[in-house]
This record gives sequence, structure tokens and C-alpha cells, in this order.
Amino acid sequence: MRSLLLALATGCLLALPSLPVSAQDAPATAETTLPAAPASASLTGLAAVLAANAEAIAKPSRQTIGPVIAEIGAAGAGAPEFLEAWADRRVGQRKDGAFFLIAKSADGWDLTDPASGQPAGTAPKSEITELKPNSGVRGLIASALVEFQLSDPDPAKRRAALEALARNGGPEHIEPLRAAIDNEPDATIRAQKERLEGLLTIRYGSSTERRVAAISQFGSDLGLDLRGAINPLLATTRKAFTGAPEGNLAAELTPGKGDFDAEAAYALLVAQGLAPARLTRTALRSALESHVENGMVGGIPVAELDDPKLRDAAYTALEAAGTVPPAATDDEVAAAVAAHRYADIYAEPDASVTDAARGALKGIEIKVGAMQVADLALDALSLGSIYFLAAIGLAITFGVMRVINMAHGEFITMGAYTGYVVQTWISDYTTSILVALPLAFAVTFGAGVAMERLVIRHLYKRPLETLLATFGISIALQQIFKNVFGTQARPLTSPAWLDGAWTLNDVVSISYIRIAIFVLALIFLAVFLFIMTRTRLGLEVRAVTQNPSMAASMGINPDRINMLTFGLGSGIAGIAGVAIGLFAKVTSELGSDYIVQSFMTVVVGGVGNIWGTLAGATLIGSLQKGIEWFNPSNTLAAQTYMILFIIVFIQFRPRGIIALKGRAAGD
Amino acid sequence: MKPGFLSRNPSVLTFLAVLAIFTLAVTFLSEAYGAGLVSTSMVKTLGKTLTLCLIAIAMDLIWGYTGILSLGHFAFFGLGGYMVGMWLMYARTREIVLSSAGGALPMTPQELQDAIATQIFGVVGTSELPAVWSFAGSLPAQLALVVLVPGILAFVFGWFAFKSRVTGVYLSILTQAMTLALSLYLFQNDSGLRGNNGLSGLQNIPGLDAVGQDALSVWFLWASALALALGYLLANFVVSGKFGSVIRGIRDDEARVRFLGYSVENYKLFVFTLTAIIAAIAGALYYPQAGIINPAEIAPIASIYLAVWVAIGGRGRLYGAVIGAAFVSLVSTWFTGGRAPDVPLGFYTIKWVDWWSVLLGLSFVLVTLFAPKGIAGIVDWVQGLRPPKRGGTPLGPDDGSLQEKEALE
Repeated sequence: MRSLLLALATGCLLALPSLPVSAQDAPATAETTLPAAPASASLTGLAAVLAANAEAIAKPSRQTIGPVIAEIGAAGAGAPEFLEAWADRRVGQRKDGAFFLIAKSADGWDLTDPASGQPAGTAPKSEITELKPNSGVRGLIASALVEFQLSDPDPAKRRAALEALARNGGPEHIEPLRAAIDNEPDATIRAQKERLEGLLTIRYGSSTERRVAAISQFGSDLGLDLRGAINPLLATTRKAFTGAPEGNLAAELTPGKGDFDAEAAYALLVAQGLAPARLTRTALRSALESHVENGMVGGIPVAELDDPKLRDAAYTALEAAGTVPPAATDDEVAAAVAAHRYADIYAEPDASVTDAARGALKGIEIKVGAMQVADLALDALSLGSIYFLAAIGLAITFGVMRVINMAHGEFITMGAYTGYVVQTWISDYTTSILVALPLAFAVTFGAGVAMERLVIRHLYKRPLETLLATFGISIALQQIFKNVFGTQARPLTSPAWLDGAWTLNDVVSISYIRIAIFVLALIFLAVFLFIMTRTRLGLEVRAVTQNPSMAASMGINPDRINMLTFGLGSGIAGIAGVAIGLFAKVTSELGSDYIVQSFMTVVVGGVGNIWGTLAGATLIGSLQKGIEWFNPSNTLAAQTYMILFIIVFIQFRPRGIIALKGRAAGD
Repeated sequence: MKPGFLSRNPSVLTFLAVLAIFTLAVTFLSEAYGAGLVSTSMVKTLGKTLTLCLIAIAMDLIWGYTGILSLGHFAFFGLGGYMVGMWLMYARTREIVLSSAGGALPMTPQELQDAIATQIFGVVGTSELPAVWSFAGSLPAQLALVVLVPGILAFVFGWFAFKSRVTGVYLSILTQAMTLALSLYLFQNDSGLRGNNGLSGLQNIPGLDAVGQDALSVWFLWASALALALGYLLANFVVSGKFGSVIRGIRDDEARVRFLGYSVENYKLFVFTLTAIIAAIAGALYYPQAGIINPAEIAPIASIYLAVWVAIGGRGRLYGAVIGAAFVSLVSTWFTGGRAPDVPLGFYTIKWVDWWSVLLGLSFVLVTLFAPKGIAGIVDWVQGLRPPKRGGTPLGPDDGSLQEKEALE
């Protein structure tokens, strides 16, 4: 092959005597000290190819440049560098027709000889015409380059070449890729190469056996790239046939069965030109309108033509008179539909390939389904832990103290804004979050204690009015946030080590921030349990909850305990606010988005029991994700159905999943 | 002799008289029928306020008298508005389509419906009339739905909630959840009610194009006043007899009323459904005056504001609810309308548009804490200033013991 090209090139050289002449002129004009390659009498390798195709290279077109690029690629030493430079617009043609790799210098261009890679002196700007191949040509050059890049000593280049191939590899790349596998030193890149070779073979393999083997070699691999390679094989087109269906048959269709009805069948016939189009309502209307005579159409008065039946009758009359073209009637449509056969035909003609692909895809789908369930479970867990975080403070104030705090959402917002303010002071995100968490607790603890002292203390005997009073506080706080921080969302940026996601495979992945929130929720659960069951405060809180007067007579100060409990619940809301603010937008409405869900969590779980809250959060989280899975485009519907479910759930278990029994249940 | 309804409820006559005088005064000051001192937009605001007073009466019945803090009555109000809005929008679009129709042929019913659907649902990207609009072409049907849809919803919801003995704050949260679910549902484009665009152009009454908005606003004021008067009478009738005693008993001690043999659930269910219907009628009168309805109007916050009005006005008495709704909503309009003067503090200027909610929230807290009787408590205070009318002989030996006439009442 190469010798043939050389012969061709020499032939061209002989036929074009002007070329060597001008090439010989070159050194003189470029006043160089080094002997330039074109000067040597017998041109070989790259130089010969370039010289032979000078015109095509100087003015390349996408349609014709293909063979020339292939020729250059096969020309040996210097070819990859030349192609790369050409694609990068770093090649120039000197006035005498010789090509050089060019680089800008102070007074013109530094030239490099493409074949030898040696500096070839300089040239003034006027001497050199830059080559500017268009994007189509550059694409062709790039794919020719792949071959060289696949064996490039630099692993990064090899990886880039593989990525380029994965995007737009073609049949011509299979052989170079196979050749590049054996001498690959890096095990990871070798595996990538083998995988890509398999994928390309599936799509463009030379024989059926090879393709089927390539498909089966993957098994039920979960990669998106494999599904991307297999799915096009199974693409079908729906066609109508006058006789038996031809081609690689996917399925034969009978009109009226499944979702393929007679209307669709007839539309197919019309689209293939096998039957005349039906008369649409608009066409009927305009046909009638253009044949109004003396206020009548086809013998029927215009005023009566608001009845579809009379319109049909009028059209039939016109048809009989021959003034309008006949349109398909229902009988004709039925006959035409019955006279044809319909089938889905694979675009891929090879039946054994499509069979293998279908089998492989089925296996993959089962596995993907299982993985999706796992992914959904992770999502649900993460959403559940967010709800748990939002609700745990409420579980303390509402669950333990039976105080409805509608301003709980605003405490969450307060925590998030505390995080934002801290970030404006401390620019390091990790430090600022570490500072913000305790500070948010302190701020909301203070706010909670103040609210308990000033308002709630007076309303312990009137729970419904606590709801209203705290709601008044909620309105006021929300508006104050708006006035202070504005209505636009404020950023609360997570540290860099929380960016990104933990990816198990192409289906299952979860972002680190959600894992962090899950861990935070677990920590809170532990802290809550510790405080309630292992500390003096917890003991006193439980005593006051169960029987305030008895607790008081045992020397516990109920006022103080109520204050601390309320502060604790509010403080946890503040920390939850920081966590929620990391992934949601921090606005004054942040907390109120979670308030109803938080109440639901506590109520569904069962009041007065932290495990109930945990169960409630898990239930609501998985429920919401589950419903979203059925209808992924519509999260509003998911929320609607979830709330409806909760309303029904409350009917059957009014005291929640884990109900307190006996005296502890209170009323 | 058993005293009559009116003599047992002296507040009714006062209320009706005040309402009549107010309506007449507005009429004679309006642009359409009188001096033109009250602008049309003001007449509309007053008309809307009257319907808000009506729903406040409903809220007072369910909360102040029966003790059920429902945070869902604005959902019924909104549903009523949607039901009447569907007819208004459909009929108006029908007029527009018919008047702008070209072509030589009259439209078939199918063509007409398609054109209307395209007009109405173009914004949400469909051109088919959803099934919920089946009756939108008929005014009587939609008016019946104003009562039926919220009534049935309230009945079903109340049936489930009361039968499973959900009470107190749980019930409040449950009603709030219902409201949230409904508004989230309506926010979807495929709910069939134009998603978050809502229904618009409701101020144009089909067939009444010749009547200007100035006259229409007064008509709606009359209708609202009439509805408020009837609603007040009905509510007063409900709470004044034995039924009223039972529901007040439920409010104060539900278990005791149940042990006395009353079916507490049925009483609650009746009041809940009745008030839902009153709320729906109020909504059906409100939204043609407002001109537009969208799901944000149904959001739980609106129902909570309703509770705020009633609490500020004074729970447990009907005129209290009316005073609260009128006072708070009008003051609210005044403050948020930007007409209230700013308060310069030197270092900061309080703009009421920004700070009104804060003031409202805090005053609400103060009312809850220190004046549980609300504004209507002033009436008690005034009555307390006068010495009580006493007559007959003392019934007991002590000074100040009940006297015969007092004991009779």
C-alpha cells in the first residue's frame, strides 16, 4: 500500500515539474542555514505525500479530503504531529508551496519542517499563508489522529483519545483499536480499550459471530455506554406492507390489538402513500365553505350546517356532483386497513444480532431495575433523614411537651441564616460550617427560650391558642427575615469535600452532602436518646411531661425544665436549618416548606416517642420517593398523594405508628 | 310566654340595621348610583370585605362555638370561587369565540367546544376540555356545584376525621394538610383548572357587557350584603337554640356531652359541612369581585389568617367575627396598599408595606395572650359599665343574689 502511494507521489512529482523547482527556491528566500527537507532531491515519506497533495491540503473540503488524510496518516514519521498541527491551525504554506509547522515569532513565523521535526528557519508574515481547515475537516483529522494517539506514550493522551472514540467511533476505528490493545502497559486504560473495542464491535463488527460474541461477552453489564451501543440495534420502524412483511421482523401488528388501532394503521398507510388522506374536520369545513351557492351547500341550507351529520351529507352531495374530490369514507378506510399487514422492523438487518441484543438488554433491564430500587431506597433514606432532622426538634416540643410550635419552621430558617451570616465573616467553608453549627444552636436556643418565657408559658392550658400565638410569631419572624435579608435566595456553600457524589455504578449514586445529612440525623438520634435516658435533664423532662405537679413536689422546677426542653428543641431546629440550607436555597420561606411535613412526620410516627418520629420520617420519605418514581415529572402530584395517604393513615392509626399506651398517652 | 327569636338575640337587629345602613350609604356614595365619592375599586374592596365577613362567621361557628380549629375553610372558599369561576370563564370565552368566528358556516357544537378549550387551556399547553368542565356551560349546574363540591368534600373529610375521633391540634394539622394537598393539586397544570395561572377575567359577567363595572360592583355589594345578612341570621339561628347549647357543650367538654347521650360526631359533622358550604358561597361571591383566582389563594396560610381575624374580632360571638374580619382585612389593605404614612425613626424608616406583617403577627400574639375575647370584648366592658337591670324580689338572703327577673331568663 505504502509503496503504491509512493509510486503515485513520484508520478505526481514527475507530472508537475514546477513543484520541485519552487521547492528548491525555498531555502534561498527563507535565508536559512539549515538544509530544508524539500531540498533533498528524492522526496520520501510525509514530504512526498504533502507535496503530492499540496492543493487539496491548502484548500481542503470535507467531501474530498478523506483519502488525503488517510494518506498522510500512513506516511510515517512526523505524520501525527503534522495532523495535530493542521487541526490546531498551526500549519502554514509558504509561497513556494511547501508546508511547515508554524509558530508566531517576533517578526513573522518560526518554521518547523513537518517530516524531520527540525527547525526550518523563519519567514516574514507575507511569505506564509496559514491553513484554516473548517470544523468538518478538523473532525476528520481528529479521527485519523486517534490511531496515533491510542499508542501515544502519554497516558493522558491515550485516555483523551479513548474518550473521543467513545463519543464518535466508527467502523474504521476497530482495527487500530485492536492493534493498540496488546502493547498497552496501563491496566486501567487497557480495560477501557478492551471495553471500547467490544462496544464498537457490537455496532460495527465485520461478522455476525463477532458481534454476537461481543454482545454476550458483556453479560448484564450496567454501563450506560453498553446500553447506548445496544439500544440503536433494537430501534424499530413501523411499516405497512401489501404482502408479507420484509426485513428483520420485530413484531407483526394486528390493528385493534394493543395500542395499535385502526386509526393508527390508516395513518401509517397515508404516510406511506398507500391510501388517500382522510377528510379532516377543517378540510370538510373549508370544502363546504367554498361551495356555498344561494345560501345552500349540496342542497342543504347553510344555517343548518352546525350538525356534523348534515355536513357529511352535504359533502356527499357535492362529491356526487363531482365538484369536490372523493375522500375516504369509513368503509373504504376499513377495507384499506384490512388489506394490509403491519409490522415493526428492526433497522438492524441481522436477525441473530438483534436476538442477542434483545436477550442482553433483558438481562440488563432486570439488573437495572434492581439497582434502581436500590437507588430509590437510598434517595428515600436521604429524604427521610432530612425530614427527621426537620422534625426532631418538633418531636421534642410537640411530642414531649405537647406544645404546638408553628414557628418551628422559622427556627429552621433562623439556623440557615445564621450559617449564611457566619460564611460572610469566615471565608473558609469548612471552618465556617464548624462555627455555624454550634452558633445556630445557640441562636435558636436563645430564641426558643425567649419565646417560651414570653408567650408559651402563659398558654400551657390552651393548646389551640398556642398554635395561633406561635403562628403569629411565625408571620412576624418570616417578614423580619424578608426585611433583613431580602427576598432573594442567599447562598450557604458546603465545603469542597462535600461536593460530588458517591457513585456505585451508572445507576446508583448519592451525593456526599446527603450522606452527611444522614450521618447528622443519626448523631441527633443518638444525642436525643442519650439526653433523654442517661442524663439528669432527661429524667426531669420525662418527669415533668408525665406529671408536672408530682415532679414539682419532688423538687424539680417545672418552669426551668419546660424552658430548657423548649430551648433544646428549638436549638436542634437551628442545626437542622444549617444542614438543610446546605442543599436548599436559603430564603425566608425555607422553614415553612418543611413545617407541614415535619408535623406529619411527628403525627404519623406517634407523638412522644423518638422511634416513632424516626419511623414516620422513613415512611414519609420513602412514600414520597416511591410516588415520585411512578410519576417522576410531577413532584407536586407526589406531595398531593402523600398528604392524602397521610390523611387516610391517620384515620386508621390516629395515634401514629408507635402509639403511647396507658397513662403516658395522656388524654 | 316564650320570647321570640329576635328578642332573644337583640344583636341580630342591630347587626342587620348597621349592615343595611352601610350598604345604602355605599350605594348613594358610589359612582354608579350616587355622589361618586366612593370609587369603584373601593366598592369592590368593601364588597369583598363583606364576603370575608361571611366566611369569618363560618369560621366562628366551627371554631368559636364548636371548638374545632379548622385550618381548611379557605380551601372551601377557594373551591366555591373555582366553581363559579369556571362558568364565568367558559361562558365569557364562548361569547368571545362566537363573536370572533369567521367562515360561512355556523359552528358545530364540537367546533365551538374545541375553540373554547383552545382559548382557555392554551396557557397550559392543551386544547381539550377536561372532564371537570363538563357542566361549565350551564350556570345552574355550576351554582349547584358551588354548594355540592365543597359540601361533599367537607362531609367526606369530616366523616373520616370525626369518626376516628381525631380531635384538638391533630384535627387542625389534618385540616391544614388537606388544604395543602388541595392547593398543591391545583398547582399542577394537568389538574384541569389551569394550574398556577388560575382562572382570570372573572369580573366580566357574561351577558352583562352593557352594564359597566361601576354598576356591577354595586350589585355585587348588594349580593354580598344579602348573603352576609342571611348567613348571620342562619348562624344565629343555629347557635341560639338547643343545638347551639349542644355544640357549645362539645367545645367545653366533649366527653361529657357524649356521656349525656348526644352523638358528638354527627353534630360536628353537621357544623363542619354547613360552615364549608357557607364558606363556598362566600368564595363564589368574592372571586367575581376579585377578578382572578389561583391556587395560591387556597394555601394553608390563608386559612390561618382567617383564624387570626376571628381571634382578633372575638371568638364565640358572631358579630365579633364580622368585626374582626372587616377590621383586619381593611386595615391590612390600607397598610399594604402603601397609603399608610412611613414612620421615620431617625436611624431607620419603618415602611408599612414591609412591616405590616410583623405588626399583625405581634398584635395577634398580644391579643391571644391578653385579650382572648378580642375586639368584641369591648362590648362586654361597655355593658359592664352600666348597672344591671334588676327587678322583683331577691331569691336569696344575701346582698346581690339573683332576683326573680334575672332567674327567668
